[in-house]
Amino acid sequence: MMLANRWWGRNKSELNGQESSHKGSGVDLRAYTMVLALLAIWAVFVFLTDGRFISARNISMLTRQMAITSILAVGMVLVIVAGHIDLSVGSVAGFTGAVAAVLQVWYHWGTLPTILATLAVGVLIGGWQAFWVAYRGVPAFIVTLSSMLVFRGGILLITKGVTVSPLSPSFKFLGEGYVSPLGSGILAILASLIYVGIVIRARSSRTKYGLPVSTLILDIVRVVLVVALTGLFTFTINSYEGLPIPVLLLIILAIVFTFIADNTKFGRHVYAIGGNKEAAIYSGVNLKKVNSIIFILMGTLAAVAGILLTARLNAATTNAGNMFELDAIAAAILGGTSTLGGVGTIPGALLGGLIMASIDNGMSLLNIDYSIQTMVKGLILVLAVAIDIASKKKN
Amino acid sequence: MSDDILEMRNITKKFPGVRVLDDVSFRLKRGEIHALCGENGAGKSTLIKILSGIYPHGSFDGEIVLEGEVQKFRNIKESEQAGISTIYQELTLVKYMTIGENIFLGNEPLKNRVIDWNRVYTETKKVLTELGLDLNPRTKVMNLGIGHQQLVEIAKAMTKNTRVLVLDEPTAALTGGESDHLMRILDQLRKNGVTCIYISHKLNEVFKIADTITVLRDGKAVCSEPAIQLTENKVISLMVGRELSQRFPKVEHIPGEKVLEVRHLTLEDPELPGKKKVDDVSFSLRQGEILGIAGLMGAGRTELAQGIFGVYEGKRSGEVYLHGEKVSIRNPREGIEKGIIYLSEDRKRFGLVLGMNIKENIVLPNLEAISKWGIINNSQKNKEPLKYVRDLKIKTPSPEQLVGNLSGGNQQKVVIAKWLMANPKVLILDEPTRGIDVGAKYDIYLLMNQLVEQGIGIIMISSELPEILGMCDRILVLNEGKLTGEFVNEGVDQEMIMHRATGGLQ
Repeated sequence: MMLANRWWGRNKSELNGQESSHKGSGVDLRAYTMVLALLAIWAVFVFLTDGRFISARNISMLTRQMAITSILAVGMVLVIVAGHIDLSVGSVAGFTGAVAAVLQVWYHWGTLPTILATLAVGVLIGGWQAFWVAYRGVPAFIVTLSSMLVFRGGILLITKGVTVSPLSPSFKFLGEGYVSPLGSGILAILASLIYVGIVIRARSSRTKYGLPVSTLILDIVRVVLVVALTGLFTFTINSYEGLPIPVLLLIILAIVFTFIADNTKFGRHVYAIGGNKEAAIYSGVNLKKVNSIIFILMGTLAAVAGILLTARLNAATTNAGNMFELDAIAAAILGGTSTLGGVGTIPGALLGGLIMASIDNGMSLLNIDYSIQTMVKGLILVLAVAIDIASKKKN
Repeated sequence: MSDDILEMRNITKKFPGVRVLDDVSFRLKRGEIHALCGENGAGKSTLIKILSGIYPHGSFDGEIVLEGEVQKFRNIKESEQAGISTIYQELTLVKYMTIGENIFLGNEPLKNRVIDWNRVYTETKKVLTELGLDLNPRTKVMNLGIGHQQLVEIAKAMTKNTRVLVLDEPTAALTGGESDHLMRILDQLRKNGVTCIYISHKLNEVFKIADTITVLRDGKAVCSEPAIQLTENKVISLMVGRELSQRFPKVEHIPGEKVLEVRHLTLEDPELPGKKKVDDVSFSLRQGEILGIAGLMGAGRTELAQGIFGVYEGKRSGEVYLHGEKVSIRNPREGIEKGIIYLSEDRKRFGLVLGMNIKENIVLPNLEAISKWGIINNSQKNKEPLKYVRDLKIKTPSPEQLVGNLSGGNQQKVVIAKWLMANPKVLILDEPTRGIDVGAKYDIYLLMNQLVEQGIGIIMISSELPEILGMCDRILVLNEGKLTGEFVNEGVDQEMIMHRATGGLQ
């Protein structure tokens, strides 16, 4: 019930907020209500688990759980913004994870060659999907549905249906390791400084060209909030073991892909294609090339997720990555990516990923049956899309 | 029974800032074919949309009287129930269904709650025979030519107890033979007592078939008389005869070298193999010149531009030369690279990403120029568009305003800005002032003069003849894909252009 109320709250504020520009200046009400939704979900779980939910150990686990599907969500944002969908990411992550395990366990490859080879497989799979979507005009829905089956079968084929383990310690470290508390602290301080620097530079550049700048106080509040949250998060995870490696990777990938989305020709073309494909073509956007890059990047990210998955489980299993596509798509859409294309951000998808992971983790702590967990996640997906469409219609 | 089957009284329809119809009255006699003529934008379509309920009762002033009863249509369905059937230029048949299925779609005869297919096909056969069509009702519509499809639409209307049949540009997509067939069928329908409103640009057809002609101009009915009392020349002068109400900042242009040359450009209709949208058109454009392209709807003007810019979907043949060198432009990217740029007539569909802001839209085709290794230089991205926002007087609180929130005139300026930033050598403007207010129009005319002075060659496609005459140095006229006239703009008047545009000879 409470969740439902939050949804409506988000919808309404989004309508109010549509006049404000969605980046930089202005207050992004949709994002803030999402944060409120997250806090509400947390409050419920903290209450029901007598505080176990926000123990340092659980927060560390939660973020690690979130990392793998959120890496997929990062790529999914680009895919959905351009007006496609990728249903194969779970199978591809599972398949590439199996490739890594087989290379390492059965063929005794070292960790670095294994990683490089696995990434290359991801690129190839992305290229395969890109060929059909971009050059043959087959809808991504069909191409990736096909790949979902092909690579699910591929896992069985290359693992011969058995669990492949154990992996070498250096490989396992990718999934199970931590940045030491000292290192985590230094990273947090560096990140905060860089963030402050970026905000100041953006302000001065915008002022120079007479673009609207949000009030100084708002910016200060924002910076203080971000720095405080970073500090709080670092403190929490440091009181357990430090920053989990998958989370570090997620943060790096999220930053890189946000930069790509906002500041590269490719990134802006993705948004233009999703916003108005015909206008993009008339503006000289190379549709085939851009769509190909999107799917190749998605394949590569799926391989990264696959590597982390195998490393975390210390094994490749036949059902690895099952249903990850649902988490990734739900995270992107909860985070404000429009199913109609053209709109979406990677930080939003991380927020969505955190919500999905929190629901997962909280329900597990409460020993809620897996069948119910799956149903709840399924329902969240349809609800999120319905709200997205309802808000578009009122425009 | 009175003599008039339909009367539209004092119809006025306003859109923000424009009166599309201004106190138009229109009487339709029982059993006549009544032609509605007028330039593009004269208000013909609006009048029909009001009659067919697309613009519901209450969204306009005035009343519709059918068989002596005042009608208040709220939607298309209500007007159809009252007996008004409209056949639009774009056909609304389901390609994959049979003729019979299409004719009874949404109106299927039932027997024991399931569709009575025998009745569907026997009645379809009956209607087709009445129309003199020897077609199998079980033929799929996709296997019919466009002319027959049109006739199936008419057959569909006939099964609906139609009292008034409205045909909007029915022959626009037809070949000569198909048009003749349609004429014969309309004549047959008239003998059977069907009343018909016939909208067409093609005056020779109008005079062949119509009993009465009403001419609309600038939203007013300027004439409604029996066809025998009119001549083609008279109708043309009534269609264009307005005073030059807008002013054009015409200045002397000094054309320089030949910048663009098009030789034997032919474009085939992608949907109708064999039909040519543009047929063997050759022309050239000089630097510092404004070349106007006039013609009626469907004459092939937009297709011609699309063919040059590399976005035409059908088969293309012919050559394009830029500064004397043969160029091949297969897609907009290559056009933009070479400096041949096309501004589409449909800015919302082809010109803008409405969900992006002004800045993003302006830099979209120009990202290459402000990027290094694919990474955008953000200070240039903030700086460059500002220049155009200022120079083109785009009215906006900020360059980060979403273009969806701008007025039509300002949106058009954003599209122009993005193309100016691309440094065009040849700028093809397709209806650059459509749907924008007078002030913004004037700004765009001034800008065109400035650009020409800088040595850019401009091609302006326009349906507004005063605009063509007011701005261009030379004028090409297209009719059904063929170049039917070329004038140096001295002593040319609207009648001369209209003659060529309607397919008449001088």
